[in-house]
Amino acid sequence: MEKTVNQKAWFLILPVLILVAFSAVIPLMTVVNYSVQDTFGQNVFFWAGLEWFAEMLESDRMWDALGRQLMFSAIILVIQVPLGVFVALNMPKSGFWSSFCLVLMSLPLLIPWNVVGTIWQIFGRVDIGLLGYSLDALGISYNYTQNTFAAWATIIVMDVWHWTSLVALLAFAGLKSIPDAYYQAAKIDQASRWAVFRYIELPKMMGVLMIAILLRFMDSFMIYTEPFVVTGGGPGNATTLLSIDLVKMALGQFDLGPAAAFSIMYYLVILLISYVFYTVMTTIEKKEG
Amino acid sequence: MAKITLDNLAHSYYPNPKSEDDFALKELNHVWSDGEAYALLGSSGCGKSTLLNIISGLLHPSQGRILFDDKDVTQATTADRNIAQVFQFPVVYDTMTVRANLAFPLKNRGADPKYIADRVQQIGAMIGMEAELDKRARGLTADAKQKISLGRGMVREDVNALLFDEPLTVIDPHMKWELRTQLKSLHHEFGHTMIYVTHDQTEALTFADKVVVMYDGRVVQIGTPQELFDTPQHTFVGYFIGSPGMNVIPAEVAGDRAMVHGTQVDLGKGYDALSGKVEIGVRPEFVTLTEDAGLPVTVRRVEDVGRHKIVRAELFGTDINILADEDHNISPDMTNITFDPARVNVYVDDWLTSGKAA
Repeated sequence: MEKTVNQKAWFLILPVLILVAFSAVIPLMTVVNYSVQDTFGQNVFFWAGLEWFAEMLESDRMWDALGRQLMFSAIILVIQVPLGVFVALNMPKSGFWSSFCLVLMSLPLLIPWNVVGTIWQIFGRVDIGLLGYSLDALGISYNYTQNTFAAWATIIVMDVWHWTSLVALLAFAGLKSIPDAYYQAAKIDQASRWAVFRYIELPKMMGVLMIAILLRFMDSFMIYTEPFVVTGGGPGNATTLLSIDLVKMALGQFDLGPAAAFSIMYYLVILLISYVFYTVMTTIEKKEG
Repeated sequence: MAKITLDNLAHSYYPNPKSEDDFALKELNHVWSDGEAYALLGSSGCGKSTLLNIISGLLHPSQGRILFDDKDVTQATTADRNIAQVFQFPVVYDTMTVRANLAFPLKNRGADPKYIADRVQQIGAMIGMEAELDKRARGLTADAKQKISLGRGMVREDVNALLFDEPLTVIDPHMKWELRTQLKSLHHEFGHTMIYVTHDQTEALTFADKVVVMYDGRVVQIGTPQELFDTPQHTFVGYFIGSPGMNVIPAEVAGDRAMVHGTQVDLGKGYDALSGKVEIGVRPEFVTLTEDAGLPVTVRRVEDVGRHKIVRAELFGTDINILADEDHNISPDMTNITFDPARVNVYVDDWLTSGKAA
């Protein structure tokens, strides 16, 4: 059969190309552009090749920030996922209180990052903050501006407060999709509460939990505003996470080249880890299935 | 195994039922004999699943009592009642193997591992899944999953009753037949009390010793397939059982005669004066299309289904079905029908009225 050849059809994808170019490719390319050049101001640039990348890979500063970042993401995942599932399991399944809980759960998600940071910044202050003041009054030494542990505890509790809802809501959606017959069958089979969770609820939640874990990982790995507002990366560099460090480098020190190289690697790391996460989780699911 | 007694049972999904209409299941007294196989037959929404869930303990009735062998279990939990139930849609534990699925109810009750292994093997053979025992349940087809559900229902030998809630809906037709036969032979072998909910009359009639027909939250008749066919107690039973169902024709009855729009119809029995809505019911099998005298009909369509012909006709504006033999030639001159007098039932306000032998 003779095929009709009409190359004009290519024009139809032009709007998408333009859109993607302006929203993703061009901004990314400017970063790539910076990463291979050096400048001393006045908009004069010199070719630097891969120098910045080499420098960044050897910089302790970046490796330390990456280490802190990984620790932060790991801790919040370990807390938020089980906690979110636990909350979802205990939410009323229907009726007024179910809707009430849903609204209550979504509230933290609706608060702008900056505001969340400010809330906790004030909440934790020893002089005027309810949390800081109470802890201090109880004789617990707590000062997130000076004590590393207190600073970490604050940003972790803040993130848990802000984002556990997301995990809980996704897990709840997964739970709601389980037909009643499963629970009835489990009753008839005399399954224990744990068995119901392990063999019915968890497998049915797996899909949404994977999405929750992935989202929470990516988000926490890119986190900037909230810890920046609360601790500003301190005390010292104790809570300087990758993006905080990046902004310091790019805008504070105006080291455009290294910062650009840094951000490209940052981007690649997120991509890589997300990919590994996804692959591992889908293989686990396949094995289970 | 147990005898199950329903005493004054009724259920409403409303917290404060006011009228009878609020009840999904209307007051009911019945004894399910130990070791019999029952089918609960009725159209959707007639309360049959409600009744089943009350027996299994998934629902607690608004009023009345349930007794298992004279022991009151109305408030007992599902587990305490020791019953097995198979649901309409397959319920399997996805992450377990088929073997683990079948073993699950036994394991939860702390049975001996050796016994579990043997019993699971046996059930696996019974549902024809021996080869798949070590596969994960997740990847299996819907009917394989349903077979696992059935197997899980049958794995415990000591259950008081086995309940099935339209279990074969998702199964392929040929497999349906096979599984139903399996269930039946299982029943013969172990003598469990079985209650099987369905809206498919063939399924009900082939499976059960006794069929319980439900209509609008009420049990309208309990009987053998033969009884349901010969003497439907309610016009619904006549209409629901049979293919096509019984013809119900408004009539006036006097003695051993009925008048249908001025034409006389002989009845096999005599009746006293009747009041209320009087109808006669006659199955299509016992209606004959003739050229001679009888009730005048207009034939609209003849459907040849192979082993017989179904004639769709009109009698004074109401539809009437006639079953004719395959070799019965239907000519345009056949404009009358006659009934087999012995097979004409009389209904008053939808309920069968028995007459005296004429």
